Amino acid sequence: MSSNNWNLDPAPESTAQIQLKPKYELFIDGSWQKPHSKKYFDSLNPANESILAQIAHANQKDVDMAVSSARRAYRDVWSKMSGAQRGKYLFRIARLMQEKSRELAVLETLDGGKPIRESRDVDIPLACNHFFYYAGWADKLNEAFAGQKPSSIGVAAQITPWNFPLLMLAWKIAPALACGNTVVLKPAETTSLTALKFAEICQEAGLPNGVVNIVTGFGDTGALLVAHPDVDKIAFTGSTAVGKYIQKACIGTAKKLTLELGGKSANIILEDAQIDQAVEGIINAIFFNQGHVCCAGSRLFVQESIAQQVVEKLKFRLQSIYIGDPLDKNTDIGAINSKKQLETIEKYIALGISEGASIFQPECRMPTKGYYCKPTLFTDVAQSARIAQEEIFGPVLTIQTFRTMEEVVQKANNSPYGLAAGIWTAKGARIFGMGKQLHAGVVWANTYNKFDPSSPFGGYKESGYGREGGRHGLSAYLQFNT
Amino acid sequence: MEILKTYKLYIGGQFPRTESGRSYVVYAKDGKPLANACLASRKDIRNAVQSARKAHASWAAKSPFNRSQIAYRMAEMLEARKAQFIEELIVLGNSKAAAEKEVKLCIDRCVYYAGWADKYQSIIGSVNPVASSHFNFSMPEPMGVVGVLACQRSALIGFISQVLPLIVGGNTVVVLANSAQPICAISFSEILATSDVPAGVVNILSGNISELLPVLAGHMDVNAMSLTPVDSQLMQKAQELAIDNLKRIKILDYDFNLAAVQGLRFISEFQEIKTTWHPIEQIAGSSSGY
Repeated sequence: MSSNNWNLDPAPESTAQIQLKPKYELFIDGSWQKPHSKKYFDSLNPANESILAQIAHANQKDVDMAVSSARRAYRDVWSKMSGAQRGKYLFRIARLMQEKSRELAVLETLDGGKPIRESRDVDIPLACNHFFYYAGWADKLNEAFAGQKPSSIGVAAQITPWNFPLLMLAWKIAPALACGNTVVLKPAETTSLTALKFAEICQEAGLPNGVVNIVTGFGDTGALLVAHPDVDKIAFTGSTAVGKYIQKACIGTAKKLTLELGGKSANIILEDAQIDQAVEGIINAIFFNQGHVCCAGSRLFVQESIAQQVVEKLKFRLQSIYIGDPLDKNTDIGAINSKKQLETIEKYIALGISEGASIFQPECRMPTKGYYCKPTLFTDVAQSARIAQEEIFGPVLTIQTFRTMEEVVQKANNSPYGLAAGIWTAKGARIFGMGKQLHAGVVWANTYNKFDPSSPFGGYKESGYGREGGRHGLSAYLQFNT
Repeated sequence: MEILKTYKLYIGGQFPRTESGRSYVVYAKDGKPLANACLASRKDIRNAVQSARKAHASWAAKSPFNRSQIAYRMAEMLEARKAQFIEELIVLGNSKAAAEKEVKLCIDRCVYYAGWADKYQSIIGSVNPVASSHFNFSMPEPMGVVGVLACQRSALIGFISQVLPLIVGGNTVVVLANSAQPICAISFSEILATSDVPAGVVNILSGNISELLPVLAGHMDVNAMSLTPVDSQLMQKAQELAIDNLKRIKILDYDFNLAAVQGLRFISEFQEIKTTWHPIEQIAGSSSGY
C-alpha cells in the first residue's frame, strides 16, 4: 500500500466542556486579584492563531504580594500542619484533577498545540499521578531520609516551561507542598491556562489560602520572582541560558536552586536491535510533542551496518505521520507552540542545509493557518555541526553513524548537555554496560520518553542539577538538620 | 646541620615544583620562616585538572570495595606517621593536645569514609516501582573532577574532611591547600603516594588562593566545586566563573574539628543520580501465582 493513502476522516475532540473566562487575573492568597500593572496579554491557540483568553501580566508589586502571601501561609498554616494533613490536601487535588482530566487535556491542547492524544494519555494522567504519588510522601519524610532530620525550606519560587505546562506544574508543586513548603509559580507566558485552571482546583480543594499562588507573565515576571529576597528556594525548568542567569542571580544568597535545563540527547541504535521497534522508538523520541521535549532523542546514532536500512524505514514511516489539528485524535504532530519557536526551528533547518547536511521531509498536507513544522531528518551530519550540537526544541533529527561501542559512547558524551540517552539492543548486559558509560541522568533501554512519578528525572552537566520524581525529588524541597 | 624539607606540589602522582618557578614563605606561629612553598600558577592548575581527568575513568570504575581498602590504607599510613603531622600542627601554633586530637580525628575520619565507599550506593540508590513493564533503578555516579578549596581555617582536618568523601565516591580532585598553612596537606601527599591511591586521583596545589581559585572555578573540565568560606568577593567571583559549564557548587561552612561534622551527605552531594529504564519481557500465561 502506498503510504500516501493515509487520508483519515477528521476526528476532533469536543471543546464543549471548556469554560474559559475571557480574562484571567492573578491567583494570590486564594483569590483572583487584578494586576497592579493593569496589563494583560493574549494567550493564543497556536493551531489557528485565535485568542483564547487574556492573561494578567504581573509586576513587582504583584510578585511582592504573591511572595508575602506564600510567606504568611507558610508561617501560619502550612509549616505547622502535620504531614498527614498536607497529604490529604494533595490526595484531594489529585482526585479533582482526575475528575477534570478531559477538560484539562483539551485545554492543554488548545493552549499549547500538542496532540490531544498526548495531552489525554500522557500529560494529564502523569500530572494527576504525580500529585497522588507525592501526597503519600508527605507524612513519611523522616523515613525517606532516615537520620538526616529533614524539614521544609520555606517559600519556593517555581518557573515552568511551555512544553508540558500542567505536568511541569505537577512536578514542581506536588513535591514542594508534600515537603511543607508554599509556592509562587509562574507558568510560561504562552501556556498559562492549565495553571490557572489548577488554581481553581486549589480553591475547590479548600487548600488554605496562599499555599499556592500563580503569577502569570513573561520573563520579566520570572526575573522579579527569582530576585525576590523573601524566596528561599527556586526551581526552574527551561533553557540553559536562563538557568545560568538564575544561578548567577542566586550567588551570595541563601536560596536553594534546582535546574532542569536543555538537552541534546543521544539515541543509539545497535545492530542487534529489533529494527522495527527501534524505528518506532526513534519517531517517539524526537517527534513526541513536536520535539518540544528537553530530553528529546534529537541526536540519532545508528550502527553503520544497519544505517541504510534504518534511514529508509524512517523515511517510509514519516510518510504516514499525520500533522494537523492538535484536537484531532489521529494527529501525531500538532502545532509548534509559538511563532517565535517556529522561527527558531526554521532557522536551524536552514542552518542544517547550509552546513552541508542532507535534509528529508515527508510530503504531507499542512494546515494553512497556525504554526506547523514538518518532521525533518538530517543525514550526512558532521559531529561538529551546530544542528548536532545545539538544542533545536523542534521536530528535527540529526542522524550520524558509528562502528564501535567506544566510538558511539565518545560521540554521545561529546556534548555540553547530559539529560537523557536511549540504547536499542537485544543484549541486556550491553544496556547496563553502555548505560553506565553515558553521561546522562536518564537512560532508556529499548524505549524512550517514558516518565513515571516514582522515577527520578534530571540532568548531568549543563542539563542542570537536582532531580524531579521519586524519593530523590523530595530532597529538592527539604533541608537537612544534622 | 638540619636538613630542611622542600614542599612541592602533588600532580599526577609526581612531586613537581611549580612550572612558574615561584615560591612563598610559610611562617610558623612564632613568626619565624618555616619553609618555602610552591606558589602554584595557572599552568599548574591546568596540569592538575588534566591529571585528575585522566585518572577519573579508571578510579570511578574501580570496585567500591577496592576504593574502601585504599581509603583505609590511608588511615593506616597516617597512623604510622602521625608523629610528623602532630609536630607540624604544633609548629603551626596548635597545642600538643589539640594537635594530637586533630590527627586522631583525621585518622578516624579516613576510616569512617573508607567504610562508606561500598555502602552509600545502597542508601541513596533506589529501585523505582514504575507503572510500565520496566526495571527502573536510580544509582549514584561520581560528578567527575571536583575542584576543592580546602578549609582555610585548619591545616589538616578540613582537607581530610573535604577530600575523603569525594574520592571514596569515585571523584578525582584538584585541591587548593590552606594558603598560609599548606605544609600538612603537602605532607599528606606523601601518604597518598604510598597508599595505593592511583596517580591523579588527588592533586594538591599550594599558593595564593585569590590567584588560583578563579582559574580552577573557571576551568571548563571541572564538574563541581567544594568551597569553604573565604573573602566574599573572591567567593562571588569563583561562583560567577563556575556558571559557564554549570559546575555544581557546594559551600561547606563547618567546623571540621567537630566529630559530628561528617556523614553521608558529604558524599551524596557530589554524586549525580542516573536513572535507567530496563525492559522487562512479559511472558504470556506464565503467571507465578501461588
